[in-house]
Amino acid sequence: MNEPTKLDTFAAWLLALLWILPLVYAVWTAFHAPEYSTRFALDAPLTLDNFRRAWEAAPFARYFVNTIALVTMILAVQLVLATLAAFAFARYDFRGKDIAFALVLVQLMIMPDILLVENYRTMAKLGLVDTLLAIGLPYFASAFAIFLLRQTFMGIPKELDEAARVEGANAMQILWRVYVPIARPVYTAFALVSVSYHWNNFLWPLIITNSVNARPLTVGLQVFSSVDQGVDWSVITAATLMTSGPLLIAFLLFQRQFVQSFMRAGIK
Amino acid sequence: MDRKTFNRAALATLATFAGASIGWGSAYAQPQAQTEISFFFPVAVGGPIAKYIDGLSADFMKAYPAIKVTSIYSGTYQETIVKALTAHKSGTPPVTSVLLSTDMFTLIDEDAIVPIDGFVKTADDKAWMNSFYKAFMLNSQTGGKTWGIPFQRSTVVMYWNKEAFKEAGLDPNKAPQTWAELKDYATKLTKKDASGKVTQWGVQIPSSGFPYWLFQILTTTNDAVLMNDAGNAVKFDDPKVIEALQYWVDLGKAGVHPPGVVEWGTTPKDFFERKAAIVFTTTGNLTNVKNNAKFDFGVGMIPGNKRKGSPTGGGNFYIFKKSTPAQQEAAFQFVKWITQPERAAQWSMETGYVAVSEAAYKTDALLKYGRDFPQALVARDQLPYSVAEFSTHDNQRVTKALNDGLQAALTGTKTPAQAMKDAQAEADRVLRSYK
Amino acid sequence: MKTRAWVHAWLLLAPALVLLATFTHWPAFATFVDSFYSTPKGARAAVWVGLENYQTLWDDPVFWKAVRNNLIFAGATIPLSIGLALVMALWVNERITGRAFLRMAYFTPTVLPMIAVANIWLFFFTPQYGLLEQVLSLFGAKPHNWLGDPSTALACITVVAVWKEAGFFMIFYLAALQTLNPSLREAAAIEGASRWFFFRRVQWPLLMPTTLFVLVNAVINGFRMVDHVFILTRGGPDNATILLLYHLYEVGFKFWDTAYASAITVVLVAVLASVSLFQFFVLDKRVHYK
Repeated sequence: MNEPTKLDTFAAWLLALLWILPLVYAVWTAFHAPEYSTRFALDAPLTLDNFRRAWEAAPFARYFVNTIALVTMILAVQLVLATLAAFAFARYDFRGKDIAFALVLVQLMIMPDILLVENYRTMAKLGLVDTLLAIGLPYFASAFAIFLLRQTFMGIPKELDEAARVEGANAMQILWRVYVPIARPVYTAFALVSVSYHWNNFLWPLIITNSVNARPLTVGLQVFSSVDQGVDWSVITAATLMTSGPLLIAFLLFQRQFVQSFMRAGIK
Repeated sequence: MDRKTFNRAALATLATFAGASIGWGSAYAQPQAQTEISFFFPVAVGGPIAKYIDGLSADFMKAYPAIKVTSIYSGTYQETIVKALTAHKSGTPPVTSVLLSTDMFTLIDEDAIVPIDGFVKTADDKAWMNSFYKAFMLNSQTGGKTWGIPFQRSTVVMYWNKEAFKEAGLDPNKAPQTWAELKDYATKLTKKDASGKVTQWGVQIPSSGFPYWLFQILTTTNDAVLMNDAGNAVKFDDPKVIEALQYWVDLGKAGVHPPGVVEWGTTPKDFFERKAAIVFTTTGNLTNVKNNAKFDFGVGMIPGNKRKGSPTGGGNFYIFKKSTPAQQEAAFQFVKWITQPERAAQWSMETGYVAVSEAAYKTDALLKYGRDFPQALVARDQLPYSVAEFSTHDNQRVTKALNDGLQAALTGTKTPAQAMKDAQAEADRVLRSYK
Repeated sequence: MKTRAWVHAWLLLAPALVLLATFTHWPAFATFVDSFYSTPKGARAAVWVGLENYQTLWDDPVFWKAVRNNLIFAGATIPLSIGLALVMALWVNERITGRAFLRMAYFTPTVLPMIAVANIWLFFFTPQYGLLEQVLSLFGAKPHNWLGDPSTALACITVVAVWKEAGFFMIFYLAALQTLNPSLREAAAIEGASRWFFFRRVQWPLLMPTTLFVLVNAVINGFRMVDHVFILTRGGPDNATILLLYHLYEVGFKFWDTAYASAITVVLVAVLASVSLFQFFVLDKRVHYK
């Protein structure tokens, strides 16, 4: 029982092939000359020229570095801030706790994207326009992460706390030695959400960055999108492969670990 | 050390500092006292444009060592104006920027730019100002002042597939000259397969993104003017305008033009794939077409009706207000230098834009280029008949009203008359406060 | 000691709250205030106009079109992406041949940036030689201008969004499924329960927390996903694919009508807030926790 039927296998494969079609097309087009971008002659010659053109058209190496720095910075700060805040909500009783939590939840309903105009003004006043920090600041306090971690922390038995306290640990040490390790799967899950979101984020970075110094990949790719001369799929797909390649390969290699790390997650 | 030595040392240090700072501020200062100007530029055509711009900036700095130019690539035209105005609103605009010629009113209303006239002092300067093609100056001047200097400009041109013409029994070297001929040719050029599906459209005019620009090739040739010089009144419901829109819609109804809204971005590809025999798009696509069309093609002026003509397009240089007078002066020098005939010619050849002055076409480089590749001269020859690109106060809003109306008519949601009437009403509402 | 704990707590919360206040609460409030003023232009300062911006919003046909489009868009993407994600997770959770490939195929869209992917989909939808047209012509279907026809453009936008999202939600369902006690399945097998029964009565209820989690994400994305509109249709044809956030971008950064943009923002925030509150308070009760 519960073995997948042939119908299941067929349907699953059909969906998978449909799903991967754009990537397949991207690979085809990136390695062939422009005249084969819309006709699929199997004997067409391969070429690396598109990658050369893409590489020359914009400083992708720099964009790549910016993006990696950006998502790493954002994730690191998010994890630290959310851990501290979630611990406060889970283990402390204080006046105004519910109001504070409600204030945190507010961010879940309002994403920074919507507040573009005002946030730009703030960044301008702080003199941070066109910096990686400016892209990240509105996202550092993640209501999502706080919510997830609070839920997880609340589920940790208080006996563990007391055991550690008996050994003379203070609050911070308890947090670091007891809570954080137990919540590791949640951290992994959230990391997936965060990295994926910020790797792909476009609108806010577009508004707040002006130059190569802070521009991430998604904005850099825009170069190819709106050219007067019309869409050149060969170059766009080459650029896409260059910039998404690493993330894709990372997922391919670490697939199992990703999924396994959820196994003990509190997201049930 | 003891007090006396200390005093002597302090005095000596002070003296050195004083001497150095006097030397610093003196007239024979080294390039420490450079004027720094930032320069936003968009890239709207393929190719290593950013490299060309950096090269030009470097050449300029060699000729003018007292000025430091930082050229900053800032995306498309739309993104560039977003960045420029956002920066302006927070107090630190670029000193100069290339922006669409149609952005002029928006920039004036935001109090972001200064007129160029203030920098024109010598007779040389005046001659330079007058050297640009009049057609390009139409979108650069208002209220008796000049606000922008043409840099990367274009017109719409017609490209036709000579092989397709031959197949249809038409003379491949004779392009349609009138609206009637265009429809006639298109009918002959439309090919269908056995099931009645069209495999090649006779004519294709794109209508996504900025249909108003392509629409202007029809209104101009029908002798209709869409907006006034002051940019505060429009005339969409003029019978001649509606007639032009009707002609476009009728092409679709006659089955010689693709249905619905036609994508701008894929129109060149449609041409290369022989899905359309005649297309209308920017002259800036010339190099692209030359490289990718695997057939003989012709480039011609827009077919006339009551007259010939096309709207101009592209970007101008603007100088921003919130910079120091020294910076503005430096920017003026930069703009003047980069639009000199030799450089305008070089820029035109590298990018496919029209060179902005007649003198540029008289340089050896462009004379030779024009001989080898006469299609490149069509846009220039069209300039005497060319009109200003549609531009008004609150430009984006009014243009959107027009665009929406055009798309509604082309998809059959509204009749041309109704679409233009609604667009007129919306435009009037928006422009009310500018009269 | 209680006081010290109290101080501790607020210290722990401080960094997060300060950032939230600066970049969420304050801008939201400032936007709210701005919506009652006119747009400052050049030398003209902003002037109090009361509810005028909201009146403009009420009278703006493009705004209402955006609302309508966005509701349809969200209404379609949310159930479709969640439903597909669940199905994908169920499949990948079982011993289907080529599981690893399936998992990768389903998740790939998430990794690709929308801006890049939108251009590929532009090709798919291109008339005549686009991939969809090429395939459909094999079946003898009539040619169609998918993105240039108001009746199909929004559907195309929706398809791209679902394609992008489903794989991402799948991961969460997959994780949840893998934490289910395997003995449950054995027990059901012994009882002779069908797969459908097992799913409906055992898996689905136990997956409720995940569904709530995924639902929150999906709702937010239903209003946040506009990147592909920039490439595919630019809101056209004739506003057939205009969405609220895109309209907001147009008004704020193309028309530079910042006061009106503020009014639209307030409305958007109100919509999202009410939906989220509904989710938390009503649906939360129906969720089974361990």
